[in-house]
Amino acid sequence: MSVFTDEIRERAREIIARYPADRSRSALLPLLHLVQAEEGYVSPAGVTFCAEVLGLNKAQVGAVATFYTMYKRKPTGDFLVSVCTNTMCNVLGGQEVYDTLSEHLGVGHDETTADGTITLEHAECLAACDYGPVMTVNYDFFDGVDAATAVGVVDELRAGGRPMPTRGARLCTLKEMAVQLAGFADERDGAVADGGPGEPTLRGLRLAQQHGVSVPGFDPNTPIRSKAEADKAAAEAKAKAEAAKPAPVEASAAPVKGGDGASAKVPTETSPPAPRDAQKAQAAGVAANEPAGDRKPAGDSTGAQERNLNEASASADGATSADANETGAQK
Amino acid sequence: MTTPRPETLAKLTPVLTKRWLSPDAWRIGTYEQLDGYAALRKALKAHPDDLIQLIKDSGLRGRGGAGFPTGLKWGFIPQGDGKPHYLVVNADEGEPGTCKDLPLMTHDPHALVEGVIIASYAIRASRAYIYIRGEAVHAARRLRNAVQEAYDKGYLGRNILRSGYDLELVVHSGAGAYICGEETALLDSLEGFRGQPRLRPPFPATHGLYASPTVVNNVGTIASVPPIVLGGADWWKSMGTEKSSGPMIYSLSGRIVNPGQFECSMGVTLRELLELAGGMQPGHNLRFWTPGGSSTPLLAAEHLDVPLDFEGVAAAGSILGTTATQIFSDQDCPVYATYRWLEFYHHESCGKCTPCREGNYWMVRVYRRILAGQGTHEDLDTLLDTCDNILGRSFCGLGDGATSSVTSSLKYFKQDYLDYIEGRTAPKLSDKQLVGAH
Repeated sequence: MSVFTDEIRERAREIIARYPADRSRSALLPLLHLVQAEEGYVSPAGVTFCAEVLGLNKAQVGAVATFYTMYKRKPTGDFLVSVCTNTMCNVLGGQEVYDTLSEHLGVGHDETTADGTITLEHAECLAACDYGPVMTVNYDFFDGVDAATAVGVVDELRAGGRPMPTRGARLCTLKEMAVQLAGFADERDGAVADGGPGEPTLRGLRLAQQHGVSVPGFDPNTPIRSKAEADKAAAEAKAKAEAAKPAPVEASAAPVKGGDGASAKVPTETSPPAPRDAQKAQAAGVAANEPAGDRKPAGDSTGAQERNLNEASASADGATSADANETGAQK
Repeated sequence: MTTPRPETLAKLTPVLTKRWLSPDAWRIGTYEQLDGYAALRKALKAHPDDLIQLIKDSGLRGRGGAGFPTGLKWGFIPQGDGKPHYLVVNADEGEPGTCKDLPLMTHDPHALVEGVIIASYAIRASRAYIYIRGEAVHAARRLRNAVQEAYDKGYLGRNILRSGYDLELVVHSGAGAYICGEETALLDSLEGFRGQPRLRPPFPATHGLYASPTVVNNVGTIASVPPIVLGGADWWKSMGTEKSSGPMIYSLSGRIVNPGQFECSMGVTLRELLELAGGMQPGHNLRFWTPGGSSTPLLAAEHLDVPLDFEGVAAAGSILGTTATQIFSDQDCPVYATYRWLEFYHHESCGKCTPCREGNYWMVRVYRRILAGQGTHEDLDTLLDTCDNILGRSFCGLGDGATSSVTSSLKYFKQDYLDYIEGRTAPKLSDKQLVGAH
């Protein structure tokens, strides 16, 4: 019997329905999160399930699943502990945190403790450098950790506790988290409200508040100028510029009909092409490169998806996982 | 801590961050009390072309690193072409050092949602996607909640505020791939493929998502739209510099007393930012820093007074990037820092093009050798030669970015390299770490 129950199939349908009818392949990433939510990793059976519901082959799904770091290729623990060892956290002590945890737990990168509680990994930048060194448990943040606090967190997890993250919601299991990653709401009472901003996030704002700094001249009722008004202003500015040369800055910044005014001439390294050039280049590019020619979206028709979903639920799973291995989809 | 001088404090411009102090701003009721959705009501009464013009007039430039003029990008979308149009928000924040979008989405998610609706209306898109980094789970929770609240209130869905305009918005979580912050790789990922960059042209403006006209904008860019719609282009331009208008969230991290987010007028200097952040930590002296994340060439103490806007940083030989200011001191080693960044690029290279895939792989090995005290003078030439073969020869900006810290650290801190090679600095990596690495 397949691990993917009718409920999962219903969820798969919900995911697919988020995308345009002929673009169901867009549902692949959330579907991979969904199968990971069931098994704790993307198993050959999970690959087969995704392939079936999207009308893809297993090699196509496997190629995607193996590209992304968050899809795990072997069973994981209930809690994924990720320690940032990228440059900033690293020099602030993240490497020591990782090394200590690795020794304490007796596992290396991408390995799980024997009791199945914790999978450890060293992570690249987790976008919280102002809180460094950071680690996450199932992607919720523990900020400013040192080796001792990190060991405390994993010990509590292994003892069955649920330490509260510094920022982010109360902890759930990695499988429960994967449901959210598939795009479903966090149904737990109060979880969305958890986790107020930390001091580093508010730093500049607090200074501004303490010293009464705000941006002057803000009037929410400032009118949005219509094209007719803009054209008129541009014409006036032009007349004014011609009357009094050199042109005042104000006039040159005024919008010019059909053009892009001063903004198009910003001289940077990545200086944007003038609109007309860009259009010409784009037209040439389109002519020279048949777009999306080799990427015909598979599983286009809704009918086929429905059929696949039904057939998949009818067929038992047993043999299919072996098939997935044969395709080399999973290592 | 000494109080910053009034003229430095005056550089603070709380606009995008202003609601973060209200603990419930992520709820729609609180957001509405704080100007929320007022910009949308105003925008829906205007003609879409006038909104595009407004954004052009504001001088708003992309907050994701490249600084492309936003209004111009919107204007590239062909109108009346009969094709569906899409707005895709790049919320795949992952550039080392960058940490401004996550707090924005966590503490003020409706600001992004409102910006999405206005931008979609302007470019005539009826579907929009927010592609959020997979690891950003709490931001995604808040964002999904905000989108649902917006649907329930009639700000999304059919006939928004009885204007006749329809918009569907989906929050789509990634799965851990830095490359998906590159806009065409993001589009491939959103279409359900491996996230690898596409050849350009054609550009997303004509052949983006599902080969249809698409605008891809950063979170900060889209969140800037509601305040511009409310306050107007002239007000927006009262902040920043002539060619880099508006406020910018500067993310300060590292060896400083008070790391954090500082939203300032564009063109603020690191000297001023350090003053706001309470200065360097005791016992630390500024040695090197990134103006905009690890893909931007390192700057040194001599660059304290460089105006941090697009032009000022470019003139100093670096890139403004995402204004992720990572600050390192004389106790940090630029060779080791660069090595760790290279490990990152090596890990995150998507493998599509040879220069980036192989170049980063080999440069990591050269760095390990140098840091283990086994480097040679020739290694330094090898590094520069490898960078020459990556920069400008990679399929996308990831490869280019990888070379930034290598070439800039060799430019400013060559002596640090020589000290490892010539045995004056003790090896930082052991022989053991060299064996069977990765």
